Amino acid sequence: MSSKESILSSIRELNQVEKPLPDLPHFESAQDLVGTFQQSLQNNKGSVISALDLTDLVNSGAFPKVFSGSKLIPDLKTFELPERGTDLNDLDLAIIDGQLGVSENAAIWLEDENLGLRAVPFITQHLVIVLEKSKIVGNMHEAYSLIGLHHSGFGVFIAGPSKTADIEQSLVIGAHGAKSLRVVLV
Amino acid sequence: MSHPSQAANFLKDEKRAHWHDETLWFVREKRDIASKNIPEWEELRKLASGIKDHVLSKLDYYLEELEQKASANGIKVHWAKDAEEHNEIVWSILKEKKCKAIVKSKSILTEECHLNPYLEKRGVEVVDTDLGERIVQFLKQPPSHIVLPAIHLKKGDISEIFHEKLQTEKGNEDPVYLTHAARKHLRDKFMAAKVAITGVNFAIPETGEFVVCTNEGNADMGVHLADVHIACMGIEKIIPRRADLGIFLRLLARSATGQSITNYNSHFRSPAPGKEIHLILVDNGRTKQLKREKFKNSLKCIRCGACMNTCPIYRRSGGYSYGSTVPGPIGSILSPGIDVKKYSTLPFASTLCGSCSDVCPVKINIHEQLYEWRQEITKAQGWSTKGLSMKMANGIFTSPLAYKISGKLLRASLKNLPKSVIYNPLNAWGKNRDLPEVPKESFKEWYLKNRS
Ligand code: SF4
Repeated sequence: MSSKESILSSIRELNQVEKPLPDLPHFESAQDLVGTFQQSLQNNKGSVISALDLTDLVNSGAFPKVFSGSKLIPDLKTFELPERGTDLNDLDLAIIDGQLGVSENAAIWLEDENLGLRAVPFITQHLVIVLEKSKIVGNMHEAYSLIGLHHSGFGVFIAGPSKTADIEQSLVIGAHGAKSLRVVLV
Repeated sequence: MSHPSQAANFLKDEKRAHWHDETLWFVREKRDIASKNIPEWEELRKLASGIKDHVLSKLDYYLEELEQKASANGIKVHWAKDAEEHNEIVWSILKEKKCKAIVKSKSILTEECHLNPYLEKRGVEVVDTDLGERIVQFLKQPPSHIVLPAIHLKKGDISEIFHEKLQTEKGNEDPVYLTHAARKHLRDKFMAAKVAITGVNFAIPETGEFVVCTNEGNADMGVHLADVHIACMGIEKIIPRRADLGIFLRLLARSATGQSITNYNSHFRSPAPGKEIHLILVDNGRTKQLKREKFKNSLKCIRCGACMNTCPIYRRSGGYSYGSTVPGPIGSILSPGIDVKKYSTLPFASTLCGSCSDVCPVKINIHEQLYEWRQEITKAQGWSTKGLSMKMANGIFTSPLAYKISGKLLRASLKNLPKSVIYNPLNAWGKNRDLPEVPKESFKEWYLKNRS
């Protein structure tokens, strides 16, 4: 018997009575979606900046290598993505569009089409996500009902800069991924 | 070694033990605040528990659906009946890819399967990339907590081992400095690894995808830079629908660390062009646990660690005292299921105060199962439980450990005990009596009902 068969048959053998799958109710969420989102983002050590701030940031020269995949803020300095993620190790700043944001925890949903390459939001030293204010929902349940079953090979909720507290529970920003997360609300 | 003697070892360094206790309690308090921010918290727990009960009741169906949908998405699905087969599958993929160095992100399952030593014996360099896991790996230790792997260490210890392994400045204990040194070191490893291994937090049959949650981003750094992603999951990790993630992602991070969500919640549905994803479904004793009516719902665990942070015994005896991959209250009901002889002292490493069950996001009746294991073990050891007094059945006298630790706890300040315990009028501890009696009325009622 294959391992698959032996695992499945030892479950079937139990002749379990099926327990009902609960329906998911609707849960109320915050009234002030944008304000709550900003507060949650701050709690996660991210920050909100304006589109103008972003242009200044890109032009400041502080980030030699900038990639932008943003369609919401077009004409930003950028370059053609390489084929391999490992060729992005010197990426200083990445700017991408988010599909929707969640006010209760500042999580922002991104799919393959937003990323260009899946490695982009992780390997970059600093990350900017552009998000439409109208795409902010209250809680995770609303987020998933909007996302639905839409097919993307990869999808991710990002809620802040990379962080760790593995050394004596002291919070340190910039463990492996982006050392900062700025969100531009448009 | 048994839990009592290991716990005594841990308590020798009093200052450190005290720090451990306080720090975990602090995490527990953050969890309380985070959960209180959500009015529907209790309803979420009930739903999560109900969803998991449902999954376990037709696990065969969902496993097959998961395999079928994931395969259609281009994910290669493997089945492993035990740890050995799991390790062999990983090794066969590495051999095929001629891969001699891999990066791995936090996966309790691969710890359970002892994958690292297995691969190292075969000449593969395994790099654990979660900061806490890398630290304990440098020290050749296993993680002491499932969410906070290096919680038993002080920054001085970490500074020392980093000085040795990463040539950081001697005596520099600054967490920022040390973390950034690790960042640099691990980037090089990420850049070089062709294969990355991750665990799985949730797998969704409906879409054939699986979800991995981290704060550091190490899982994503690994898999998106490598050509091959191997994801290893216990067969109990399933939740049926994508929308169910809304419930579980709200519960997981709040229960684990008091954050509103983990930083990176990655949904893997099909490989990027030119790349591969393998998903290994591992039994390793889980179907056996499913057979045990009294213990099967321990399989609902989502590994948040909350029961450890709140447990007065765990906080004061440290993760290593349990000697099992998963320590703490949940470890003490899972481990005897794997090897009841080896782990026979664990169900006694509890005061049965019930705080674990109170915080568990999927409402596992942990303390009742601890009690049940005591019954089984006492029986197996040839003791008759009939006619024993409640105290005896509670294990206070049957285990020198629980007696000793209870004594230690009682002598110590009560301020770190869960408030529900201290302020429960039925609780003898609050009255400074010598032995804890029945911690909770609900438990007493339950006991009276079940003792026949
Ligand atoms: S038993 Fe419950 S509280 Fe403990 S780790 Fe599992 S899910 Fe968390």
